[in-house]
Amino acid sequence: MAEITIRKRPRTEAVVTQRKFFKKTARGKVIKVLRERYLRDDVACGIHSCGLCAHEADVLLPSSGSLHHASFGDGHFVLPDTNVFLSQMDLMESPLFSPPIILLQTVMEEVRHRSLPLYNRLKALVKSDDKKIWTFYNEYRSETAVIREEGESPNDRNDRGSIRKATAWYNDHISLARPPVRGQARPPLPTVVLLTDDVANRQKGEREGLTCMSVTSVRRYVEGLPESSQLLDLLAAAGSDSIEPTQAVAARQALYPDYLPTATLLAGIKSGQLHQGHFNANAYNYLEGSVSVPAFEKPVLLIGREHMNRAVQGDIVAVEVFDEKDWKAPADEVVDQEATLKNDDADDSEEEGEDDEALAERKVLQTELAKQTSTTKQPTGRVVGIVKRNWRSYVCHIDSTSLTSTNPTSLSQQTVFATPVSRLLPRIRLRTRQAPALIGQKILVTIDRWERTSRYPEGHFVRALGKVQSKEAEQESLLLEFDVPYRPFGKAILDCLPPEGDRWVVPPKSATDPNWRDREDLRDLIICSIDPPGCQDIDDALHARRLPNGNIEAGVHIADVSHFVHPDTPMDHEAAARGTTVYLVDKRIDMLPALLGTNLCSLRPHVERLAFSVIWELSPEAEIVNVRFTKSVIASKSAFTYEEAQIRKDDPKLTDELTESIRLLNDLARKLKAGRMAAGALNLASPEVKIQLDSSESSDPIDVEQKELRETNSLVEEFMLLANISVARQIQETFPQTAVLRRHLPPPKTNFEKLQDILKKRRGMTLDVSSSGALAASLDVCVDPNEPAFNTLVRIMATRCMLSAEYFCSGSVARDTFGHYGLASPIYTHFTSPIRRYADVLAHRQLAAAIGYTPLHASLHSKSHVERVLEVVNKRHRMAQMASRASVEFYVGLALKARSEKETVIEDAFVIRTFRNGLGVFVSRLGIEGLVTFKCEIQFDADNYVITIPSGGQDVSIAVFDKVKVMIEVEQDKNTQRGRVVMSLSHPIDSRGM
Amino acid sequence: MSSRVEILNDGGFRSDGRKQYELRDITIDLSQQGTADGSATITHGLTQVMVTVFGPREAKMRSQTLHDRAVLNVEINVAPFSTGERRKRSRADRRILELAAAIESTFEPVVQTSLYPRSQIDIYVQVLQQDGGLLQACINATTLALITAGVPLLDFVCAVSGGVHSTEPLLDLTTLEENDLPNLTVAVMPRTRKVTLVTMETRLHVDRFRDIFELACAAGQTIHKEMKRAVKDRTVALVGAMDAGAKHPLADPDAMMEDR
Repeated sequence: MAEITIRKRPRTEAVVTQRKFFKKTARGKVIKVLRERYLRDDVACGIHSCGLCAHEADVLLPSSGSLHHASFGDGHFVLPDTNVFLSQMDLMESPLFSPPIILLQTVMEEVRHRSLPLYNRLKALVKSDDKKIWTFYNEYRSETAVIREEGESPNDRNDRGSIRKATAWYNDHISLARPPVRGQARPPLPTVVLLTDDVANRQKGEREGLTCMSVTSVRRYVEGLPESSQLLDLLAAAGSDSIEPTQAVAARQALYPDYLPTATLLAGIKSGQLHQGHFNANAYNYLEGSVSVPAFEKPVLLIGREHMNRAVQGDIVAVEVFDEKDWKAPADEVVDQEATLKNDDADDSEEEGEDDEALAERKVLQTELAKQTSTTKQPTGRVVGIVKRNWRSYVCHIDSTSLTSTNPTSLSQQTVFATPVSRLLPRIRLRTRQAPALIGQKILVTIDRWERTSRYPEGHFVRALGKVQSKEAEQESLLLEFDVPYRPFGKAILDCLPPEGDRWVVPPKSATDPNWRDREDLRDLIICSIDPPGCQDIDDALHARRLPNGNIEAGVHIADVSHFVHPDTPMDHEAAARGTTVYLVDKRIDMLPALLGTNLCSLRPHVERLAFSVIWELSPEAEIVNVRFTKSVIASKSAFTYEEAQIRKDDPKLTDELTESIRLLNDLARKLKAGRMAAGALNLASPEVKIQLDSSESSDPIDVEQKELRETNSLVEEFMLLANISVARQIQETFPQTAVLRRHLPPPKTNFEKLQDILKKRRGMTLDVSSSGALAASLDVCVDPNEPAFNTLVRIMATRCMLSAEYFCSGSVARDTFGHYGLASPIYTHFTSPIRRYADVLAHRQLAAAIGYTPLHASLHSKSHVERVLEVVNKRHRMAQMASRASVEFYVGLALKARSEKETVIEDAFVIRTFRNGLGVFVSRLGIEGLVTFKCEIQFDADNYVITIPSGGQDVSIAVFDKVKVMIEVEQDKNTQRGRVVMSLSHPIDSRGM
Repeated sequence: MSSRVEILNDGGFRSDGRKQYELRDITIDLSQQGTADGSATITHGLTQVMVTVFGPREAKMRSQTLHDRAVLNVEINVAPFSTGERRKRSRADRRILELAAAIESTFEPVVQTSLYPRSQIDIYVQVLQQDGGLLQACINATTLALITAGVPLLDFVCAVSGGVHSTEPLLDLTTLEENDLPNLTVAVMPRTRKVTLVTMETRLHVDRFRDIFELACAAGQTIHKEMKRAVKDRTVALVGAMDAGAKHPLADPDAMMEDR
């Protein structure tokens, strides 16, 4: 039992230890707040072998500090102030920046108040093993605690009291802890260096007697480090400019209107005059963006740079909507940033008022408006303020034309443009000394700020990822771009694995063994698994057998991950943060360590494994007679691929038990599917292609092929759906407030308007979207007898009109919105893939508690906790999907490149969109979308989705849904070295040169 | 937005600089208050409660007397200035009545009421300042006031509050912590190690209960030492004042309080 003591707080120190203030609430009430604090002498300094402090922690700062700085030969520690963390986090995170850091509690709390994301980064930094950071709780140490003086701002108090006082204390403490020994020369003492960019703070510190050397600006400090040239690039722009503004900046002309003050914004949003929403840039036209707001059915359109007013993709912005007479229709033209602004100079920022580029942009907008004929107007407005920035690091390429000197040895500071990989982002201006070395590389860039006097946002270089087109760099940039956590698992996480490692086996059956408690012995059942080829994480297996009463017993056995992953352990936290396993073409980023995912939890054949089983009694018509859930031990008899299972099932000569059970399952699955379809489930389509890797070593793709779907795919799918639905019912019943469920909201009707219109005008077909059943039926009749792929195309386009499915906590939404639209099921969850999805792990825990196997962990009783976890999982899920799609796209690009070197690639394509100056096409065989643009004048009929291309007296019309042939080339962008797919028409008309 | 104050930070400190198992500063004042037979003012951190005890004396109302033992009557008055928001509470406020009932039932088995049939012991509780742990302060002050009044008790009653922050137990909560954490108050009789009160108004996971309960019981012992010392000091002072000249045979006041 821990020692319980009473802290004493002498009344004579009440001035320091007690604090009284009055605060006014939002409703105008005045509240007296009285706080006390206990000052102590046992707050440790964190320096190794310090004679005065007792240390328990194992992470300590070395006793001599760092000896690597030019100015501090006797060793030093760094004590940064708040602003350093707020603006220079990238520097702090860099592995090259290695001096021991003293982090004050005051600083940490100030960071927390100013920015939670930065605070979380800071916390992660403190915990990481490769940084020496000691958190000093200065507010609780009696010598360093301070109070705010009369008329002093909180900021001054923090600067004066906490930061400068703590620095002084540390220096005293070091000299006290190492008293000079008589007869020996006093050993050199390390200094504690106060790192601050605040000029006033620096001057005051020097005046107060902190030696001049021990107070320094970040830039000056970094210049003295051995790796300064690389580290200097990491310095945020704010570090050098905002505090000592230069004349030029102030004199520059404003390009953008000012943002409204926050109070005005909030009041405006509350009163309904302004609207709040996420800013979405338009991938086809960089001068246009939109914001979806609840007040309007259609998103609010923002046309032109000024109206977008420095919003970046993903920011939460406040928009003002214009009068209805000023509403416009979205542009129907493709405008490429690089083409329009290719001559903009990164350096000549001071003339940025009325230069050629601005004129060019204006011209584009004007011609666009003049041509506008269509009548479908949308609410139009402008951004008047930013509610929240969602800036992160972006993967970019350096634009080589913006370099003033490409001499590879040049180390002069240059201002260059970085072009983000994502088309949704503006170019970023950054200053670097390494520009020539970075050409042709993928780099990570962070946006620091966007002044109203600057056309582009300003950022700084974070790190290089590697050569463009190299697989490692592409892969990593993909992971970064979609925010996938891909670091290897840490020690604390691996410690949660069973100590036996891969020798872990199910212990022999006994009544006393805890592994066997309440577990059913299903080792004799004929169970098999069916998965895609090469699958290592087998998380589901199936069985079926006839019962004497004529019914059929069918079982789904899911890997018992919750047996290994216990709540509230480091492994659980990591899995929750990762949310899902991410599958790239050539790599898998696991949610759980590989030992579990591909071994202990994987239901491999001929090995005993722990499982969580759902066992039904089904009537021969596949109606559920009874269902039960149990923890079990199984031994799979075989692991099939879809293809093997299919062949086995279709082979009439085989009549063994295993084959029979597959046939039985298949039979049931067909009936289940029929039942589901009758209930109105949708058969959706997404462009799925498979990359055929040549061999594991070279991993050069040789070809792209469409994924094949067999009967056995559907077999597994049906039983997984059935298991998920059964589990969802059970956990919802037991935990009506916190059950982890999944839903798919019905899409708003307006989402389909455009598709309906196109189908009607082009093909005379109607789409009934009144319910999922009606939609499924009307999709079934959208058939072109000459073109089998047409139906798939319509399905793909319909899928894009829908909302995405999401996890939710049953207590946080209304009961009538639980339904899954696509599956036409009133309730649904994810239970069947706990190895690769975290939501399933939660469902497992809840189901285990529902059947009384284990009590439910406290966190799963809390609605807010479940909501928080699911929010992360939803986000990760979305990101993972996009990442794997992007990975496929990259490989398709590589395959195309390889092919186009041998021959001209010509593929069939469908037109899916028409623009004033181009066509959007979909190449179904490759699963990619592309753009065909025309430079010459063409006629465009927006109402009928037709363009007419004049060609030598004979006009050629092309409309949406028309089948064309396109020529596909992979062209390397000369500026950024980025490969990009360029398409041109080859049939019905050759559009090269047009 | 969630609260930006960390209940327990990574360094193991709570928002007021204490560690998990540290109790707040306790000051005890046992000086005479007016005509009361016994009185005590106790301060746990910034929570301050004054209790005055009258009795045992003849009951005012005949109807409420019991023929075989004394009746405990607890009345609580919460000063309007005791909380951040100035607010007058009526004496019939349900929360206050409940608090009074909790104190009454805590002391019923401890006070040797059977020695005073047909009489009444009045306990008046004045809450002067609140910062969490109100019930614990009330109970501790009542114990001390009863002792100074010379009412025979079976044992001290020492109360302490405890809460759980995720999985970490915390002792002696402030208002800030009380609002955030599941918490309970435990009153123990330190010598017999019996528990006379456990109360909980929030939901606490059953797995966590045992830890925090045992910890609170142990903390009761610590508080007991502090209370005993205060009583001893007061007694020494009184004995010294009683007769400055003659040496009393009970020169060693500790003998009076020796544990059995």
